[in-house]
Amino acid sequence: MDKKLSGDTSRAPVSQRMQQIKDVDPNALGSTVTVIIDGIEVKVPMGTTILEAAKKINIHIPTLCYHEDLCIAGVCRVCVVEVEGQRTLQAACAFPIIHKIVVRTYTPKVRRARRNIIAFLLRNHYGNCYACRRNNNCELQALAKEYGIEDFTFGHIENPRFTKDESSYSVVRDMNKCVLCRRCERTCIDLQEVGVLQASQRGAETKIETYLDKPLADVVCINCGQCINRCPTGALKEQNPTNEIWDAIDDPTKHVILQTAPSPRAAIGEEFGLPAGTSVTRKLNTAVRRIGFDKVFDTDFTADLTIMEEGTELLLRLKKALVDKDPNVKLPQITSCSPGWVKFCEHFYPDYIDYLSTAKSPQQMFGTIIKTWYAEKHNIDPKDIVSVALMPCTAKKFELERPEMNDSGYKDVNYGLTTRELAIMIKECGIDLPNLPDEDFDNPLGVGSGAGVIFGATGGVMEAAIRTAYELVTGEEVPFEKLRIEPVRGMEGIKSAELPIAKAVDDWKFLEGATLKVMVGHGTANAKKIMDLLSQGELSDYHFIEIMACPGGCLGGGGQPIPTNPGIRQSRAKAIYDEDESLELRKSHLNPIVADIYKEYFTDGPCSELSHKLLHTHYVKRGKKIEDK
Amino acid sequence: MVKRTGPVIFSEIEPFAGLKSALEMDRSDLLSMVRDSKLKGRGGAGFPTGVKWNLAATAQADVKYVVCNADEGEPGTFKDRILLTEYPQLFVEGMVIGAYAINAQKGFIYLRGEYELFVKDVEKVLDDMRAQKLLGENIGSKSDFSFDIEIRLGSGAYVCGEETALIESLEGYRGEPRNRPPFPVNTGYVGHPTIVNNVETFCVIPHILAKGIEWFQQFGTEESVGTKLLSISGDCKNPGVYEVPFGITVKEILEMVGADDVKAVQIGGASGSCIPVSESHRKIAFEDIPTGGSVIVMNASRSMLDVAENFLKFFEEESCGQCTPCREGVPVLLDGVRRLKRGTCTSAYLKDLLSASETMQLASKCGLGQSSPNAFVSIVKNFENEYTLTTQ
Amino acid sequence: MRYGTFVEKDGEKVFQCDEKNREVLLPILQEIQKEHGYIPDKDMQHVADQLGIHPVEVYAVVTFYSFLTEKKKGTYCIRVSNCLPNQLAGSAEVVTAFEKMLKIKVGETTDDRKFTLEMTGCIGMCDQAPAIMVNEKLIGNVTPGMINEILGAYN
Repeated sequence: MDKKLSGDTSRAPVSQRMQQIKDVDPNALGSTVTVIIDGIEVKVPMGTTILEAAKKINIHIPTLCYHEDLCIAGVCRVCVVEVEGQRTLQAACAFPIIHKIVVRTYTPKVRRARRNIIAFLLRNHYGNCYACRRNNNCELQALAKEYGIEDFTFGHIENPRFTKDESSYSVVRDMNKCVLCRRCERTCIDLQEVGVLQASQRGAETKIETYLDKPLADVVCINCGQCINRCPTGALKEQNPTNEIWDAIDDPTKHVILQTAPSPRAAIGEEFGLPAGTSVTRKLNTAVRRIGFDKVFDTDFTADLTIMEEGTELLLRLKKALVDKDPNVKLPQITSCSPGWVKFCEHFYPDYIDYLSTAKSPQQMFGTIIKTWYAEKHNIDPKDIVSVALMPCTAKKFELERPEMNDSGYKDVNYGLTTRELAIMIKECGIDLPNLPDEDFDNPLGVGSGAGVIFGATGGVMEAAIRTAYELVTGEEVPFEKLRIEPVRGMEGIKSAELPIAKAVDDWKFLEGATLKVMVGHGTANAKKIMDLLSQGELSDYHFIEIMACPGGCLGGGGQPIPTNPGIRQSRAKAIYDEDESLELRKSHLNPIVADIYKEYFTDGPCSELSHKLLHTHYVKRGKKIEDK
Repeated sequence: MVKRTGPVIFSEIEPFAGLKSALEMDRSDLLSMVRDSKLKGRGGAGFPTGVKWNLAATAQADVKYVVCNADEGEPGTFKDRILLTEYPQLFVEGMVIGAYAINAQKGFIYLRGEYELFVKDVEKVLDDMRAQKLLGENIGSKSDFSFDIEIRLGSGAYVCGEETALIESLEGYRGEPRNRPPFPVNTGYVGHPTIVNNVETFCVIPHILAKGIEWFQQFGTEESVGTKLLSISGDCKNPGVYEVPFGITVKEILEMVGADDVKAVQIGGASGSCIPVSESHRKIAFEDIPTGGSVIVMNASRSMLDVAENFLKFFEEESCGQCTPCREGVPVLLDGVRRLKRGTCTSAYLKDLLSASETMQLASKCGLGQSSPNAFVSIVKNFENEYTLTTQ
Repeated sequence: MRYGTFVEKDGEKVFQCDEKNREVLLPILQEIQKEHGYIPDKDMQHVADQLGIHPVEVYAVVTFYSFLTEKKKGTYCIRVSNCLPNQLAGSAEVVTAFEKMLKIKVGETTDDRKFTLEMTGCIGMCDQAPAIMVNEKLIGNVTPGMINEILGAYN
């Protein structure tokens, strides 16, 4: 089975995949090859592309369709270079070096070609930079700047050709700005296996379309927003609620609260020029208060609550299966905090929605608690509360609009804000985030454990759950140094781990001698792999599976700062794990406010009637058929 | 129907004489013979067939493929129509020889959708050959050679004539050319070594095998051995398919088809170049005017800007649309031609257009994109008297 | 039919693929196109399901090839070649004659859904230009005067 899980999930043609650089032992005979780029000689592993080789010696070759996360396309042709002996220019991103070659990267022919190609791209790129979400963070704009473009040699389109697609709660598509780099296509079909966007038509009519060019809301988009993260221009962006949020802030009758998830705090610094992996959690609290939010709370609190509910649910399922021998119990239990993953499951594996934990995501639990427990406790009319969630995620914008998400009697969460959007709000107020003093969260919903923090990284929910469940079952701390459960950490697509339970406390005696088997997957292409195995009955000995829709987990979410790449995601993960270790409180079940809420409100404990009403949800068998609407 | 005559392809040959002779040879001898014949691909690019086959033969793989490119879509080309209807067994025979040479198990004939009517004829040939044990299991009683052929139809996409686009199409994708390297001889159909040859190339092979290298090399020039089929149309009395030795001049061709009052000849279709009659001493050969075989004659009454416009309109539709230079460059040139026609093109802008053309030729992803501005460039350069530039 | 068969499913005719690999996509689409004159929505989704690919991938292929279409067309599709030799030989007059006779413009379908008129690139009949295709039939040396007769054969 291990074999079925390892390896990449890419469906790209072999010829596009094989050119990705692999680590080769530089001393192995015949495995390296020499290349001379602009007179500088360098040895690289056989099959390295010209682009990768040039990077090694700090020679910059401009790119547009190239993206580190994606298979090679070689379509924009911006990266063309001269290779001695070749009649035509070659795309540096797609040319594998298999014997000694001599490359020149800025000859007159190359410079002319790049300028013309940029002029071609600008010709059909509708819009003005200063009225664009991606102003100053646009790869086309950067190219134009790099090449000193001062006029439109081949013209510039004056009227939009296409209507914007604003049907989705999450993703807005404006094909007038599309430069057909096909990154969204490769993201959607190959990286994520969702299969919503692809280049259609032909020739001058070529356009990225959905199936039958339907609105995004009518096809099987899971709202993960990974396409936005990889779009070089403003052709893809998220639905922006900031105007409504400003209105609420400016309205003195409204009590506006913000919950902040761990991943945005580990990434928002990038929007202010800080290196990736700089955590600014407490500075962000200061900024948020200065903007005018009435309260700033920590989503980690409900992450801890999620662990209590979801962990209990798991133990109950195990009990049903092992003690009551209930044949209908669904195991392994699968996490449900990633709304992109939930929708993926509803579309592509509708018969398996009962495997999903019924526990709401931390965002939605927070929403319910704010408008019930918190409102009651502080004597605030829930209708005056405007609940905003800072999330790394675009799918959260969809999740909060799900019709069932109003268990508090009101819309549980009013607005979802991405990391990028909050950065703009902060900048608009002239607030210099990196140089702010630290401030704490507000009470009482500002206490979260380190276990809640690591929800942001792939494997984090699993690790948090194990820290708690193991201790509840055995009465002992997990047997990992500094609570680091390494087998479920890291960026491998699918990870699995086993945890023997040598002895159990009385309540969970039936688990004594059992071995807990868990699996972690991130990115929906990996989710597909896992679910295919599950549906073939090959995962029946597993107990708990964590799936996150986005590569790297929430820290690589569709609402995070652009750009994204494996290195950036690694840095964010490090920031998250560091934050966990910097905290005293690192286990969800030890969160004192969680204890309070079970004492004061959910008095019958986790998975009781009231918690089921407020903290759990249900799912919809959507199926993948695209209906006429 | 009048029996065609010609030096090589249209010459007399006993059915399957080439294949039978090939099967008597070692694979290595067969490969050497094809290499030594100096046969070059007839699709236009002129890659030596023997080299291609040798690369595929030496590639390490269990499964290999032979593909016949019968997707001629170049405007003014119809030689395959003649070969398919009048010589259907000849190119299939060539394919089987190629399969034997590289040890392939499966072949595809990728036939342009417009020629669907001829599928029956080719199917019949395949059935006959299967009956004669010249196709299928253990061909020629050889235990190590089994090969069969499937016919696949195109669906109206010119770009699928490009070999990697053709392979994409065979795999069920949009016909978008691939990055090269890797080349099909290495990583072709479903990732396996694949040789893709033109119908005409496969038609030559049996003749070479049956009649020998020396016989074959008596035709043509030093660098362009053998003959070429030309599809001749346009302003002439006798349009049709002609087999001519390489080295024939444009002038000789015009006389042969009864064309007078000629202004220009478009050689190589939309991706070829436009030769003014003043250059009719030039030769059809890889070293002078290489061509897939389309020859379109234009008389003195024709507007060359109309010709350029026609071709660019063609490319605007037929470009696969994936790479920037071809997708975006063609509409720029098309707009440029229209400005030239209206007399609103400045000399500075014409310079920009020629620079754009150079970029398209150098930076497009595939051979078709690279040749898309050829007609425009040759017409602008050779027929300056057909347009006037403005100064504003 | 070598790549599958049409079967009844929920009262509708759908294509059942014999093989489940993507390489047979194009021939399957060609068969569906032949059966219906276009490739209906439900067939695109059904084929995608069977081959384990996404509907948008099928749609992207259908829109790439000019002989495949997801839009309903006439029973007979008349394609007039407009490549250079055909233009030189007067394909424009042939198109105008068809437009007049069928009372439609290029790209349109007659009200009775009988004929669709299209322009196409080279169809390999330049020695008999102007040439046209009516479905898979090739007709060369067409003059405006012949159009009545050509259409008559399909009436």
